[in-house]
Amino acid sequence: MMPSVAEERKAPRIVGVEFPFGHAFGMPGDERMQSQTLLLALRVLAGAGGPGTRVDHDVEWPVPLREAYRAWQPKEASPIVRQFLEARRSLT
Amino acid sequence: MKVDSFRFLPRAFRPLYEGRGPFPGEEDAVWAPFTKRLAESRIALLTSAGLYLRATQESFDLQREQSQPEWGDPTWRRIPADTNRSDLAVAHLHINDEDLLADPEIALPAKALAQLAADGVVGSATPEHISVMGYQERSLEGWRQETLPELIVQLRDQNADGLILAPA
Repeated sequence: MMPSVAEERKAPRIVGVEFPFGHAFGMPGDERMQSQTLLLALRVLAGAGGPGTRVDHDVEWPVPLREAYRAWQPKEASPIVRQFLEARRSLT
Repeated sequence: MKVDSFRFLPRAFRPLYEGRGPFPGEEDAVWAPFTKRLAESRIALLTSAGLYLRATQESFDLQREQSQPEWGDPTWRRIPADTNRSDLAVAHLHINDEDLLADPEIALPAKALAQLAADGVVGSATPEHISVMGYQERSLEGWRQETLPELIVQLRDQNADGLILAPA
């Protein structure tokens, strides 16, 4: 989901997916999408020629961005996000 | 298609992830060749979605994270490959768990892997997969000292030839 971060952290084999957090293999209930993502990961696992191999999955998330952006986030901010937001507010 | 790593991330959080480079001491490339054919290999899955078995395993420790926001539970759970969806729970404060509970295959595609094994694409799946909770303290000390050595033992015990790591 964040392949550029995985590259910076020196992950040896990376599959990039432009999917919302919590959805590494795809949409709930979409077995075909999940299986295709897993299959790509397996192909990269077995077929990568050297460290730093990155293959991006050419699949667009089938939900409008604004809706998907909201949907993955927890109903309540996580403790660290709450702390971050409070610190930011105290600076303004 | 070039994947945008930050498409779903709130803009204010991008600097927390971008341009940080490797961890100190981990600048060199990491590589282990995969020498077997996929069709002869046993594959394990690891998710960081905080899945656990509702009836028999403890939840990841979210209470401590609530009181210590920079701490994340570094423990791990064994998830049998044939676990039913209804037996799984989610403990992760950083993502909405509704879709995960509705269909855990989006994070841990154990049934999809079993099908690929039945189709002969992979040799087999390990009897157990692995679940961790992906929010960890920045130093990753608990991970380095305890979790990772245990996971290596687990994967060797399961005769895994390869591991698919799936971040949540």
